[in-house]
Amino acid sequence: MNAKNLSRLAIYAVLGVAVFFFLAPLYVMLVTSFKDAEQIRSGNLLSLPQGLNLESWQLAWSSACTGVDCRGLKPYFMNSVLMAVPAVLISTAWGALNGYVLSMWKFRGSDLLFGFILFGVFMPFQVVLLPMSQVLGFMGLSSSIAGLVLVHCLAGMAGTTLFFRNYYTAIPRELVNAARMDGAGFWRIFVRIVIPMSTPILMVTLIWQFTNIWNDFLFGVAFSGADSKPVTVGLNNMANTTSSVKSYNVDMAAAIIAGLPTMMVYVLAGQYFVKGLTAGAVKG
Amino acid sequence: MKSFENVLPKLVVAPGFVLGFAFIYGLMIWNGVLSVTNSRMLPNYDEFVGLEQYARLWEMDRWYVALKNLGVFSVLYVGGSMLLGMLLAIFLDQKIRLEGVIRTIYLYPMALSFIVTGTAWKWILNPSLGLEKLMHDLGWSSFGFDWLVQSDTAIYCVVIAGVWQSAGFAMALFLAGLRGIDDSIIKAAQIDGASLPRIYWRIILPILRPVVFSTILVLSHLSIKAFDLVMALTAGGPGYASDVPATFMFTMSFTRGQIGLGAASATMMLVFVAALVVPYLYSELRTKPHEH
Repeated sequence: MNAKNLSRLAIYAVLGVAVFFFLAPLYVMLVTSFKDAEQIRSGNLLSLPQGLNLESWQLAWSSACTGVDCRGLKPYFMNSVLMAVPAVLISTAWGALNGYVLSMWKFRGSDLLFGFILFGVFMPFQVVLLPMSQVLGFMGLSSSIAGLVLVHCLAGMAGTTLFFRNYYTAIPRELVNAARMDGAGFWRIFVRIVIPMSTPILMVTLIWQFTNIWNDFLFGVAFSGADSKPVTVGLNNMANTTSSVKSYNVDMAAAIIAGLPTMMVYVLAGQYFVKGLTAGAVKG
Repeated sequence: MKSFENVLPKLVVAPGFVLGFAFIYGLMIWNGVLSVTNSRMLPNYDEFVGLEQYARLWEMDRWYVALKNLGVFSVLYVGGSMLLGMLLAIFLDQKIRLEGVIRTIYLYPMALSFIVTGTAWKWILNPSLGLEKLMHDLGWSSFGFDWLVQSDTAIYCVVIAGVWQSAGFAMALFLAGLRGIDDSIIKAAQIDGASLPRIYWRIILPILRPVVFSTILVLSHLSIKAFDLVMALTAGGPGYASDVPATFMFTMSFTRGQIGLGAASATMMLVFVAALVVPYLYSELRTKPHEH
């Protein structure tokens, strides 16, 4: 074997070890979720379950207890759906409109305005927690899903504006100018020219927002009440409940259930997700 | 009509911008106001106490524990994710078979909530039934691993899970950077007799400097905001041994009834992030004259 082959082999070995490192937790979650308590005690992290025992999945979904509440993860999962769908759609539409104006209808100070909004992408949301819970109280939205939707729209606007603004900046100005010459106005250009060109960035933004909002924990734990907790909060409470014997098989099934929607989106539309990640990091 | 068309765009976005600014900057100021009051269980604006809450904060042992943990976590999380991400990106850039599949596997943790992965890692790092048991079964009977429940090591468990989650993200950014580099540069250097590691160290890395820089920035600001992962893995424990500023802020504000103090710690987090991000945003927006 010559030196070149040897180094190829080494490269594949390192990449292979990394594949194992990244997949191991997922594998552990899966096999644990199919074991019963006895198998968890007698086996180890990597040992295979004896048959596909679906009991912990059933428990995790519909009857596992957090304190005295024994409804499983289902109600929290539904809350997350009710929260994520409107919040994703509204924040995306809002960002599209902002981005359209900030790139094609620039006015004096619009770049500066954009710079100030950009800080909203990075700011630690801890600074809004306390005042926002008072605002939600004033509006009568404390501990409600509607309140969470509002917070997610406000918190997501900076990011969605950034995505659309950068994308629209790359559209040739002549296109818009020609349409204006022909008498098309602000809305007509947006609906007839700009939106039809926006499919890629729409996908990126929708997926990005969905992943962020579904996975959010901070707002969920700060602003939700007994009946509006999102799935991340439900999972965390279930996994950290100290009342009874720890059932790791149920915790793992619950964790997989909570992660399934974003995982599906990643598997089906991964390239858009990656574009969102890199676009968020490399600003234009 | 013409002039209406000119103000219409501004009119359309104005309400949204006012709301957005109120959310970002209005609440920021409001939080600052709370931090100079004596608020405990409920916000209370009657008594102005100046910087008393900040003085209290900087005298608290628990705050220093949180800061120290933040330091340890930031350095190891950012450094670990960058090194692993860079290594994987360089290796993946060597015309690897199945590259797409491997890349997808490296990056999938980013699609998951820290609560989901934290729950999984909590089980893996479980002192008796987790990694320890596995090693015993594999024949390493003296292996002991109880970092998760020890005060001085719990934060390193957060680092392990954090690096696992974010290394793929760094990899994706670096790989995108590597793909932007012209192959002929590497070829020319090879003809000159430079070895591949040397080419990467001396030529490629300097070209990638902007990417490295923005990756450091994004990861560091994420580390300052780290909250979910700590809550899921250790909840700041044992005691408050693995507290970070974000969990400190949350505990003070929402469970300990110390709203003024919580607001002060939130302001400090804002200062940390701003010190990191504002110079970056400023240079980004200034050096890129907007075309058109």
